[in-house]
Amino acid sequence: MSKIRKSESGSYCLGIESSADDFGIGIASFNGEILANQSDCYIPTEGGIHPREAARHHAETADKVLRQALNKAGIKPSDLTCIAFSQGPGLGPCLRTGATVARALASYLQIPLVGVNHSVAHIEIGKLKTGAKDPVTLYASGGNTMVTAYESGRYRVFGETLDIALGNCLDVFAREAGLKHKQGVPLGAAVEQLAAGGGRLVSLPYVVKGMDLSLSGLLTAATAQLHGGNCSLEDLCYSLQEHAFSMVSEVTERALAHTEKKEVLLTGGVAANKRLQSMLNVIAEEHAAKFSVVPLQYATDNGAMIAWTGVLAFQHGLTTPIDTSYVRLRWRVDKVDVPWIR
Amino acid sequence: MDTIDKVDGAVLLKKGAEASLFIADWHRRKVVIKMRVPKRYRPKELDEQIRSYRTVHEPQLMHEAKTAGVPTPLIYMVNVPESLIVMEYVEGQQVKQLLNGASKSERHEVCVKIGESIAKLHRHGLIHGDLTTSNMIQTPQGKIVFVDFGLGEKNMELEAQGVDLHLLKRALQSTHYQFWEECLQSVLCGYTSVLGALAAEKVYGKIREIERRGRYVEERKQ
Repeated sequence: MSKIRKSESGSYCLGIESSADDFGIGIASFNGEILANQSDCYIPTEGGIHPREAARHHAETADKVLRQALNKAGIKPSDLTCIAFSQGPGLGPCLRTGATVARALASYLQIPLVGVNHSVAHIEIGKLKTGAKDPVTLYASGGNTMVTAYESGRYRVFGETLDIALGNCLDVFAREAGLKHKQGVPLGAAVEQLAAGGGRLVSLPYVVKGMDLSLSGLLTAATAQLHGGNCSLEDLCYSLQEHAFSMVSEVTERALAHTEKKEVLLTGGVAANKRLQSMLNVIAEEHAAKFSVVPLQYATDNGAMIAWTGVLAFQHGLTTPIDTSYVRLRWRVDKVDVPWIR
Repeated sequence: MDTIDKVDGAVLLKKGAEASLFIADWHRRKVVIKMRVPKRYRPKELDEQIRSYRTVHEPQLMHEAKTAGVPTPLIYMVNVPESLIVMEYVEGQQVKQLLNGASKSERHEVCVKIGESIAKLHRHGLIHGDLTTSNMIQTPQGKIVFVDFGLGEKNMELEAQGVDLHLLKRALQSTHYQFWEECLQSVLCGYTSVLGALAAEKVYGKIREIERRGRYVEERKQ
């Protein structure tokens, strides 16, 4: 094991994120400053993320993104104290590419490796950047939709999707409607723009089951309307958003009422959506809770969140030996101990 | 009486996510008034649809649950335009609180009863839709009263029954993480005793299928 090189403020963790289509590298100082947050997104020529192609993209851009991050932070590799990587959940080939880069760096620099849970990282970066202390968190992205809150050593899942994720629901609908993903403009943003031009509510399935929800029926119904119905794309985008967001908001409100916490945090890629933000804001207000949303550059998958969570884990003695650092495709958030809370 | 402010001495009992519960004295009965307040976050049209649907269905399901042999509060009045239900106040303790202070054998006893009641509902084609220990009250006589049927439905399908039990499992995991497995075993024990091993096993098979469908769950690994 290697030694800690500098005082806390001069210690840095480099974090690698590669669970899906983004390859990101961030650098965080041990006192919570984000010095760099670089990324490059794989854009499929058609359809959704092809895991093998995305992994190829990550392998090809890793070197470039790493250099950018180090330059941006203005530090040398030898200044790093530890290397964190997104160990799961996510797409296998993509996670493995990031893990390989992380292992190579850790062994070359002879510093510890820290495996980080991707979902925990989304929550932690949200807390760091908004100052939220103990929130009910709605984490909604292309691959995840869950409502979590801290309870006795772990983030517990109070509600989640029973099938597809919120971002996935919006993305698939957008692709069905012929919208294209561009660098810097996710498909969800295109749906949001179109929705702003709609206003007629088309009746679609609204499926809340206890604290959980189901989005697949909504997607099927919206897609059927798209191909067979006579409503405008704007109205459909509007209706899809209103239904889906109302469902996740209802579930979030249930968790808030149940846990009686006083903060609501919105994180993950879909956090960028203004309409979703406004719904949760209303709910927070009604329960006298403080609403915060993660800043845009930390909403989508990013390396900074991995670096910061790596700092928290490392400071609590959690490191991952290289020989047991395999990726964990289905690593649920409620399986992870978070000893840095209290 | 059409609105809550016309009831003397109505006291807010709980501001839930979906509805506010008031305790009041109504024609010399101690009652709970459940009011589904408008939700500003969703469009008015959708909000009205959801609230009136649930206000109409909840009392119907509660009535049918009694027929199935599962205790539920008596319904005294329903006011759809106001999304308001007046029902019997049930004396007792929330199962959520009770479990945390109970001994292992007491927990077993309560959870077996819960399992039996769920089986009776399912056998009758009823789905509770929100099986959590907050929605069950143990009376001083030891009966377990089920409340909050707002997300329930009439459905005979295995899928719906599987989801119903899966939700209870998840609720136990998040609320009673110290002994959720033990509680679930007792619930399933009661459930099987009413439905019979054959029928119950079909539902359990469905639960496994539902769990495999979820995101990032170990169960998905075959």
